Amino acid sequence: MSPGSTLDYTVVGDSMELAPVGIWTAAHSQALEERLTAVAPQVSAARKLAINMAGVHELDTLGAWLLERMVRGCVDRKSEVRFSDLPERYRGLFDQVSRVNRQTAEPTARKNVLLKRLEWIGQSTIALYAEFVAFLDMLATLSFAGARILVRPHNFRITSAVYHLYRVGWQAIPIIFLITFLIGCIIAQQGIFHFRKFGADAYVVDMVGILVLREIGVLIVSIMVAGRSGSAYTAELGSMKMREEIDALRMMGFDPIEVLILPRAVALVIALPILAFLGATSALFGGGLVAWLYGGMSPEIFIARLHEAVSVTHFEVGMIKAPFMALVIGLVACSEGLRVKGSAESLGLRTTNSVVKSIFLVIVLDGLFAVFFASIGM
Amino acid sequence: MTTEEAGFVISIRDLVVGFGRQIVLDHLSLDVRRGEILGLVGASGGGKSVLLRTIIGLIPKRQGHIEVVGVDRDTANPEETRALERRWGVLFQQGAMFSSLTVLENIQFPMRENLHLSGQLLGELASAKLEMVGLSPNDGKKFPAELSGGMTKRAALARALALDPEILFLDEPTSGLDPISAGDFDALIKTLQGTLNFTVFMVTHDLYSLEVECDRIAALASGKIVAIGPLSEVIESDHPWVKSYFQGKRARLITRAAN
Repeated sequence: MSPGSTLDYTVVGDSMELAPVGIWTAAHSQALEERLTAVAPQVSAARKLAINMAGVHELDTLGAWLLERMVRGCVDRKSEVRFSDLPERYRGLFDQVSRVNRQTAEPTARKNVLLKRLEWIGQSTIALYAEFVAFLDMLATLSFAGARILVRPHNFRITSAVYHLYRVGWQAIPIIFLITFLIGCIIAQQGIFHFRKFGADAYVVDMVGILVLREIGVLIVSIMVAGRSGSAYTAELGSMKMREEIDALRMMGFDPIEVLILPRAVALVIALPILAFLGATSALFGGGLVAWLYGGMSPEIFIARLHEAVSVTHFEVGMIKAPFMALVIGLVACSEGLRVKGSAESLGLRTTNSVVKSIFLVIVLDGLFAVFFASIGM
Repeated sequence: MTTEEAGFVISIRDLVVGFGRQIVLDHLSLDVRRGEILGLVGASGGGKSVLLRTIIGLIPKRQGHIEVVGVDRDTANPEETRALERRWGVLFQQGAMFSSLTVLENIQFPMRENLHLSGQLLGELASAKLEMVGLSPNDGKKFPAELSGGMTKRAALARALALDPEILFLDEPTSGLDPISAGDFDALIKTLQGTLNFTVFMVTHDLYSLEVECDRIAALASGKIVAIGPLSEVIESDHPWVKSYFQGKRARLITRAAN
């Protein structure tokens, strides 16, 4: 126990004299709490208490509260409590402390564990439905905004769209090139390694060509864009929402959808096919390079085989998917951004949601497209 | 004799602070007495907040000495500096509440990190602070984003007072509040200062706060303290900026009312 922070007491019959001594501040809280717990049985036994405050050198809210708490316990037990020699400078503090913690916060009702679980399942189902509605809502709002722009094209924010095109398109080119190049290399290497066992190395070109043009090119690029630009959109719009910038726009008579979201979505819809095209090229290049250096297939042969293996259809299938992927990413990113509330935590949550949801939807959409193209024979 | 013994809790000598080529505080000297409420006035962008942030160590200084409760951060070791930081509370202009914690958790945060309290006592003490600044126990369960401007200020004040500081730094405490809330907030600080015996260093623009709350007023102009003293003395100052500040239409309304 630290020296000079203690509570002395003497008991005579059913009356008790208490003398807090020394420094009663938060810095000595541990010693004080221990001491008060130790004295508690005697305090609760006493019917009359006299507390002499003359020995207290320093007192803060904590010290005053500890005494007040003890006194309240005594008053509840109908014991008599009397303070004496309270230094004038601490009177205000005591008055203040005696008024606090009289009322408690409304307790939050505790529920049955099973009920809570059921409620959670219900809530999540409703939330899922709400997310779906929010997505459709954003799609509809954006379509209307797009339709309005078609009627009055001069309202379109061309500068903003070009700026976003630069950010999500042009600035993304190096990383897209690198990633798809590596993916192309890996596919070719694995193909050669396994096809060689039954003498089918030459079919690596078919595999690389079809896979890259139809599926991997656009899918990898979409996932990259969702992580790179979708998250940026959500964070930007979310912080604008937090700082009331979106409300300000609305108050000035602008439609935030037209000013902020449409240019972003348009930029993505333009950028993604271009990036997918560049990505596919880069992946084919990587595949050809590996076929040459690792599989010993000369570039002339690779290109000739590629001509035979892939038709324009494969390329079309990939390219048709790209703008839809872009639209999904843009819609999810923007609707999540607008759902940000005041706290930093909600911004983080929404950004995570945006990326996870858009990647998920991109893959689901890819599956739907696969079914669709198969049924129309492309 | 140290500055602490002389009754000064903050003692600043020849302080120079600048950013790049711009000198914001130019050989500024200032003493703050124990137990007083000092109001710092100055033009917008004139370095009031910079001075406050330099004292609490958020902005590095170029020259000069700052002693707070007898401790000079330049010569103090890291433990002394941390101990010093526990002895003051700061109310930032926007409240700076941690948005992912509830109000009560915000108040508990400095206590939890710095004191060894039992869970029960921690809760009781935090809700005591909450009530002392005039918030209800139910407000403690709210998140900062759900509070109004005035409630945010009060909650932030409760957090600044969490460790029973010796010095309270206030950066424009009444800005953004309506006159009634601002008046209530002034009264609250004055009352709490009376009960908890801390020293207040307050940056403010609110002439009414200066009038009712402050024991002394320091006027900052062109990087220096150009006038310091009770309101009645500072008003009489010959410095042109101080003159225009207190002789302005808005100021005259208040000083006239005071006289």
